[in-house]
Amino acid sequence: MQSTPLVSVENLSHKYGERLALDNLSFTAGTGEIFGLLGPNGGGKTTTFRILSTLIRPTSGKVSMFGFDLLSQPREIQRRIGVVFQSPSLDKKLTAYENLFHQGCLYGLSGAKLKERINYLLERVKLADRANEYVEAFSGGMRRRVELAKGLLHGPKLLLLDEPSTGLDPGARRDMWQYLRELASTEGVTSLLTTHYMEEAAQCSRIAILNAGKLVAMGPPDELRATIGGDVITIQSSQPAELQKNIAAQFGLNAELVEGTLRVETERGHEWVAKLGGAFPGAIDAMTISKPTLDDVFIKKTGHKFWVEREMVNDAKDKKKKGGR
Amino acid sequence: MSLEATTAPIELPPAPGILAPAMSLAKRELVRFFRQRSRVTSALLQPIVIFLFFGSALNGSFKPPTGTELHFREYLFPGTIAMIVMFTAIFSTISIIEDRREGFLQSVLVAPAPRLSMVLGKLLGGTALAFIQAIIFLLAGYFFILPMTLMALLESIGVMSLMAFALSGLGFMIAWRMDSTQGFHAIMMLFLMPMLFLSGAFFPDDGVPVWLSWIMKLNPLTYGVAALRQCMYGEKTFVFLPDFKLSMAITILFAVAAVAGSVAVSGSRTTGDLQ
Repeated sequence: MQSTPLVSVENLSHKYGERLALDNLSFTAGTGEIFGLLGPNGGGKTTTFRILSTLIRPTSGKVSMFGFDLLSQPREIQRRIGVVFQSPSLDKKLTAYENLFHQGCLYGLSGAKLKERINYLLERVKLADRANEYVEAFSGGMRRRVELAKGLLHGPKLLLLDEPSTGLDPGARRDMWQYLRELASTEGVTSLLTTHYMEEAAQCSRIAILNAGKLVAMGPPDELRATIGGDVITIQSSQPAELQKNIAAQFGLNAELVEGTLRVETERGHEWVAKLGGAFPGAIDAMTISKPTLDDVFIKKTGHKFWVEREMVNDAKDKKKKGGR
Repeated sequence: MSLEATTAPIELPPAPGILAPAMSLAKRELVRFFRQRSRVTSALLQPIVIFLFFGSALNGSFKPPTGTELHFREYLFPGTIAMIVMFTAIFSTISIIEDRREGFLQSVLVAPAPRLSMVLGKLLGGTALAFIQAIIFLLAGYFFILPMTLMALLESIGVMSLMAFALSGLGFMIAWRMDSTQGFHAIMMLFLMPMLFLSGAFFPDDGVPVWLSWIMKLNPLTYGVAALRQCMYGEKTFVFLPDFKLSMAITILFAVAAVAGSVAVSGSRTTGDLQ
């Protein structure tokens, strides 16, 4: 047996025209993992998904899956992966059954085996009774379930999912995750998914955090959280900069100022809450203490909050444009 | 998703061939067509309307090709077939633009089916649609306008299908790079209408200015129309048309080039694939 990982990505970069969307990304994923690519919009995760799904060719870098090289043997990879797109990929004028039948033909399935497989998956995603209705008449959640069935139809050992829980209600989201875990444990199916939900990333066996096309952190979610010492205290204040100075002067404690909010990473957070509250009663509007989340990991690694990334990037672009003209 | 995992994990399906995915794609085009009732109705009425209006209105101004005594309706009939085939075949490829916009195409692009089978699927779908529409008109003509032998009818069907296939390929090459149906219509008016009018479908090339007759000679559709006419007219008149064998050869070449061109362009990605 060879020890090549199921998915291996080395120094992957991609440019859309002049814009560098993915910058030297490397990671591997093994059999049975649920590997998450986490990042804000524009972080590069969808670009990675597009490259791995063979939709676009990377500008540079090396990718292999199942031991096959992406550039020289894309067909072999395409046969073995299941792809679930974020945007709809169903033909709305066809029924759920017809959509899956067509998909089967594209993947080399036919006859009784294909029918059996379609019925099994429709049962599995709880749409067996709606098999012969036009997809047009389906709700968003139902369509997503057909998409999932479509990706799983040919029994792939590797599933690529782009923002799989978009458009799913919480119940359906839970079901999907349970199913992914079940596939991983019973059939050894690896899932590689993109998400911008921290809570969702926390359920992955390993995650890679992407920001502005670069890998900023990688590992199991628990380990990543553990890189942050103890607790996280966040402080709302009307004069955060001044408070930051005072905290440093009085306690020698390093408080980071992130977009108007002060963050303190420290052991024994509850004691510090009491101390800080006592020392600056007027300057603090609100103070919370929490165990570190993936959000905190992101802030620590990038120096800014997760959700504002898009606007910041856009602002930077605008400034550049203005400067250039 | 409470159901227990009862079926064993399936083994890797064989690599898909060219034909099965192509047939599935072609069938889908037909199913979609018949599920849009307005498309079906207009497709069936349009040629009849055009033939009646054109045939009646232009009858007086028509000058039969030198050396023949063709009636205008006899002349117009093969041309109308060519028009039906062209419009249907080429418009059918608009579905590529729709498939891309609706996202359906992306799952075809990442599937292991060969690119050739995707192209053939679209082209055969377009051919079938054109065939269905043209055959109705052809049979009507066979009984009421232009009596011909059964052999001539079968040959006409063959030529007509080949033209439909080639023109679907032409449509595919245009549609692939388009991100809107409006753009497609613009090309249609600018490029394809002249192609139709300068193919000898509605007027013969004698009497037109020299430069125009050259365009007609370089237009591949001219030879499809010529082949079609020769099938239909039988021995009646060949004098004003290019040689039948040459016409067939060029039409076949046109079809082959259309497939090759379609396969080549389908290797490229457009911004529409990156939604």
